[in-house]
Amino acid sequence: MQTALRTSLPETELASRANFAPHARVVREERPVQASGLPLSIRGLRKSFGDNEVLRGIDLHIPAGQFVAIVGKSGCGKSTLLRLIAGLDKIDAGSISFGQDIQPKAIQPEDIRVMFQEPRLLPWARVLANVEVGLGRDRASQDAHARAEKALTEVGLADKRDQWPSVLSGGQKQRVALGRALVSRPRVLAFDEPLGALDALTRISMQRLLERVWRDQGFTAILVTHDVSEAVALADRVLVIEEGRIAHDVVVNAARPRQRGSAELAGLEGSILSHLLSADDRT
Amino acid sequence: MSLIDSISLPRSIRLPRVDGLIQWIVPLAIIAIWQVASVTGFVPTRVLPAPSDVVLAGWKLLLSGELVRNIWVSFWRASIGFLIGGSIGFAFGLANGLSQLSAKLTDTTLQMVRNVPHLALIPLVILWFGIDESAKLFLVALGVFFPIYLNTLHGIRTVDPQLIEMGRIYGMTDGELFRRVIFPGALPSIFVGIRFALGIMWLTLIVAETIAASSGLGYMAMQAREFMLIDVVVLSILIYALLGKLADSASRVLERLTLSWHPAFQKR
Ligand SMILES: Nc1ncnc2c1ncn2[C@@H]1O[C@H](COP(=O)(O)OP(=O)(O)OP(=O)(O)O)[C@@H](O)[C@H]1O
Ligand SMILES: [Mg+2]
Repeated sequence: MQTALRTSLPETELASRANFAPHARVVREERPVQASGLPLSIRGLRKSFGDNEVLRGIDLHIPAGQFVAIVGKSGCGKSTLLRLIAGLDKIDAGSISFGQDIQPKAIQPEDIRVMFQEPRLLPWARVLANVEVGLGRDRASQDAHARAEKALTEVGLADKRDQWPSVLSGGQKQRVALGRALVSRPRVLAFDEPLGALDALTRISMQRLLERVWRDQGFTAILVTHDVSEAVALADRVLVIEEGRIAHDVVVNAARPRQRGSAELAGLEGSILSHLLSADDRT
Repeated sequence: MSLIDSISLPRSIRLPRVDGLIQWIVPLAIIAIWQVASVTGFVPTRVLPAPSDVVLAGWKLLLSGELVRNIWVSFWRASIGFLIGGSIGFAFGLANGLSQLSAKLTDTTLQMVRNVPHLALIPLVILWFGIDESAKLFLVALGVFFPIYLNTLHGIRTVDPQLIEMGRIYGMTDGELFRRVIFPGALPSIFVGIRFALGIMWLTLIVAETIAASSGLGYMAMQAREFMLIDVVVLSILIYALLGKLADSASRVLERLTLSWHPAFQKR
């Protein structure tokens, strides 16, 4: 069993996560239910696949609870960066640390969650059971059911708890995936184009949902997206990745709730798009 | 296979009551035509006895207890052989699907053995075991082994790697990952293997019992041939068909119960 599982996922993942959490068990009990976001510091991060040098030195600090969007042209390494942050791949050089500007704290695997473009639900588990998967090591606890139901209610799918995933629409599946990511009350939530496969209307309602849960729960959000207007509508800060580095770091100060299509957002969107396009012309 | 069957049935012809009966129309019609053909002498009874004669022969054998005894012997051989071959095939499928080392070690060998038609081993098996029970069990187990092995292996290898990664991210242990992700993901393919294996099981048993046995349905048919009891020969063949159908139905029911999540098995 070991070998096959390793080929699909490097063992470094669990190892690197374990490093965050040396005293896991102890701190866990003391943590308040409503845990707030974790700050994130990345220094000199590098990653290559063979000869392909994808990330060439990323330096980045994200304060606790910030909503950061990452944009860049296809293949620039956005997903790679996100996978490294989530501990899914091995770092070549540099470091990623959580919670460094507060006193060093133990981080649980449950504190960091990722959501992908595909919902990745278990087709053979009912909706509620799929959400329970998100509890990680707390799956077996007594309040698992109640917590999963609460998360389902948060994403507005309480009435679908006993359905099979196959009968849900794409947007509903993605909401179940969001519920599964939220159920453990993560402190960092990383999204890799979570809305990429949805139609325009569903997208907008999902964006609102994302913004709402982020404001309610205060986790640190890192959103990879192709859609610059989505980035400026949701994020406090938009990072543009070019040639393996952060080329632009744009702060979005617009007050929330934001007016979609307002002149302020449109102006920002235009300037970010021109960064992206000029990078494209150069290559 | 069954997935495709059930998908391609359009909604409109699925009338709930008639549904269960509809499949019996053609077999019943064939029997009726056959009866008429025999009674009118269109088909000589030396070639093919009338269905009524077959039923009569069956009734006599039933009264003498011979029928039940032979069916029981065949059924027992089929089940035990299936269980032995199936579990070994399943175990190898699991091991080779989950462990690269195990696959490297045994897969090539198994693929080579697979290319030998297992019925070609009959002379050798008779030399080894005589016409003992173990000869039949060995052949059935060998025949059943490969479809189960191959489909279990295939099922495990084609489990969506994204789901496995998801399970890992959410902190599943190896055991949980197997129970909640890998095994359920491989199950549809395992069922395909089981249904193939059931077909091979009967085929092997018929051949084995016809060639080397002193009891069982195949033996009953061979005995009847020696005494020119053509009705008993036909009866044995029909019973084989019925048992085959029964095994297939049982596996379908099991499939429906365990794969109720699958879109193909959901109520429409
Ligand atoms: N597992 C891998 N093995 C080899 N190369 C990889 C692997 N993952 C990513 N790459 C390469 O790294 C580069 C960056 O990929 P990545 O998926 O991070 O891009 P991306 O910015 O997310 O693109 P997109 O916007 O299209 O999703 C690509 O050139 C890709 O081919
Ligand atoms: Mg990507």
